[in-house]
Amino acid sequence: MRLFLTIYVLVIVATVSILGFRGSLTEKEPVEVFNDMDRQAKYKPQAENSFYANGQNDRLPPKLTVSRGNALEIKDVFSTEFTSSTSSEELVLSGKDANGEFSDYFPYPVDFELMQYGQESYNIFCMTCHGAAGDGNGVTKQYGILATSYHDDRLRDAPDGYIYDVITNGKGLMYGLKDRLSNEQRWAIVLYLRALQRSQSAPLESLSTTEKSELGL
Amino acid sequence: MANIFPKWVNTVPIKVIVALLLIKTAIVLGITYYFSPQYTRVGYAPTQPVAFSHEFHAGTLEIDCRYCHTFVEQSGHSNVPGTNVCMSCHSMVLKDDARLATVRQSYDSGEPIPWVRVHKVPDYVYFNHAVHVNRGISCVECHGKVDEMEVVYHAKQLSMGFCLECHRNPEDYIRPVEEVYNLDWERPTDPGAVKEIEEFVHDWGVNPPQSCSGCHR
Ligand code: HEC
Ligand code: HEC
Ligand code: HEC
Ligand code: HEC
Ligand code: HEC
Ligand code: HEC
Repeated sequence: MRLFLTIYVLVIVATVSILGFRGSLTEKEPVEVFNDMDRQAKYKPQAENSFYANGQNDRLPPKLTVSRGNALEIKDVFSTEFTSSTSSEELVLSGKDANGEFSDYFPYPVDFELMQYGQESYNIFCMTCHGAAGDGNGVTKQYGILATSYHDDRLRDAPDGYIYDVITNGKGLMYGLKDRLSNEQRWAIVLYLRALQRSQSAPLESLSTTEKSELGL
Repeated sequence: MANIFPKWVNTVPIKVIVALLLIKTAIVLGITYYFSPQYTRVGYAPTQPVAFSHEFHAGTLEIDCRYCHTFVEQSGHSNVPGTNVCMSCHSMVLKDDARLATVRQSYDSGEPIPWVRVHKVPDYVYFNHAVHVNRGISCVECHGKVDEMEVVYHAKQLSMGFCLECHRNPEDYIRPVEEVYNLDWERPTDPGAVKEIEEFVHDWGVNPPQSCSGCHR
């Protein structure tokens, strides 16, 4: 019996020391015993594919194809009232008018919802570099990203289409974000950016009396 | 007459029974402990090709999850960012650092970085990120405190029991939609506020599937 107990304890100690405890960090890939149904022969997003040279499953759209559903509402396209106005499409997509100049026309109806959408998107995609108030004091400033402040006359007077183009294609050191932001989202950010510019340079007369007293003026 | 069996044989049956009991207990405990996803999956932390730290980027810099995992709220699949996202900052920060050589190389050549996938459900399970995050289910419920992880590890079981636990009682996990990306959010403790949160399940018509075909479609 003594011999048995010794072996018993030894086996347990050995198992625990080999297999370790639950939840401890490990590099071992989880085992899948019968994995035929677990891993089926189908292609999933961002997965590997040995067929292509770079091993990438996702493919880029072929050249000269048009992506649909970006600027145009598909249900509008199929409605009877739809008139294709190439110039305004062009404006939504590039911020430029028919003459190829940056336009000051804002192609979406402005409401509070769009403003909130712009604020949310701004705080995700621009705040880390440009700061919450758009003054260029984002968290990454101390690491050497010197993002422009929006609060100078040059950018205040720049047409909406120009700001849109900076978001889309980038400018100088800043990379464009067109891969991640939809057209509407970019225009919403333009709208919020205008609000930020106004908030930092509002004349005293534009405030109501209650707002003035809140600020102690 | 001499005894056929020596005296010690008397205790053999009892010893055998005790031994069998001990062995059985050890096996049962061993299997429950080691054959559960709590052991096989939790803690899986593969070495990634680039030593990317969520603790620094999402925690210290407070970059929103959607800056990189942009399409998590629009699509079933939560994307891992392309290298252009890293380069939007790392073209200015740590420009020539050896730790980022792989990222720069990938950006220049277009070859994807082979990130090692941590979380994966079997292919016979249908999972969708957007339905969860847009209904106030935070990343933290299924991925743990990613913003405190130096290296991403598998923090939750992601087993069928785990999914169902929440699908049966969504009111214990739901939170305001604005707080989904704030992993530090804590459930309020006072009864009024708790009630308000539990109300979301009714107000938004949240109805997680519990029937097999909901997830095994
Ligand atoms: C990775 C950091 C980073 C992010 C994110 C970023 N920017 Fe920038 N931005 C910069 C830098 C750096 C510059 C200065 C570029 C230069 O002058 O070379 C700049 C410049 C600008 C300018 C001024 C262009 C000019 O004419 O001088 C605007 C407007 C702007 N950014 C808007 C935005 C908006 C809107 C967003 C969010 C959608 C955004 N940026 C996100 C870093 C960033
Ligand atoms: C700066 C970009 C960036 C930000 C911000 C970011 N991530 Fe990630 N995330 C990545 C990259 C790159 C990977 C793949 C490499 C890895 O696993 O570390 C990843 C991987 C992950 C994974 C593991 C995926 C797998 O393989 O199963 C999870 C979970 C995750 N991120 C969650 C989050 C959450 C939650 C947040 C917000 C708190 C967040 N991430 C913020 C870039 C980012
Ligand atoms: C918003 C800007 C930003 C983005 C986007 C970003 N990083 Fe960083 N990263 C930084 C900053 C700032 C540092 C710290 C630099 C320092 O320590 O001087 C850093 C540091 C690092 C380091 C050094 C290791 C460490 O923990 O200090 C690595 C590796 C790294 N990043 C990888 C990545 C990868 C991979 C991506 C893309 C998924 C990425 N980064 C996206 C800003 C960013
Ligand atoms: C309800 C649970 C749940 C929530 C909430 C959740 N995830 Fe996931 N996540 C999963 C599961 C399950 C997988 C594995 C998916 C698969 O195998 O297709 C996963 C996979 C991932 C991946 C890896 C995808 C890949 O292909 O490598 C990333 C990145 C990720 N999640 C990020 C996030 C972020 C960011 C959030 C919060 C905005 C989030 N997740 C919220 C359960 C969840
Ligand atoms: C923390 C809570 C929580 C966890 C964990 C969770 N879910 Fe859900 N899930 C929900 C809620 C809430 C809904 C309902 C959304 C709605 O009604 O719009 C839902 C809905 C779903 C749906 C229905 C989607 C549709 O399009 O009808 C599927 C499928 C699903 N979950 C799968 C899973 C799987 C698989 C897992 C485990 C990996 C999981 N869920 C884990 C909360 C959770
Ligand atoms: C909330 C989503 C959900 C629902 C509802 C659900 N399952 Fe599952 N099921 C899962 C997930 C996730 C897994 C994968 C578990 C794992 O990999 O650990 C799974 C795995 C399984 C497996 C394989 C177990 C194994 O380890 O091989 C079976 C069998 C199964 N489910 C049957 C059912 C049946 C029967 C029902 C209806 C009573 C059902 N499931 C309902 C999510 C679900």
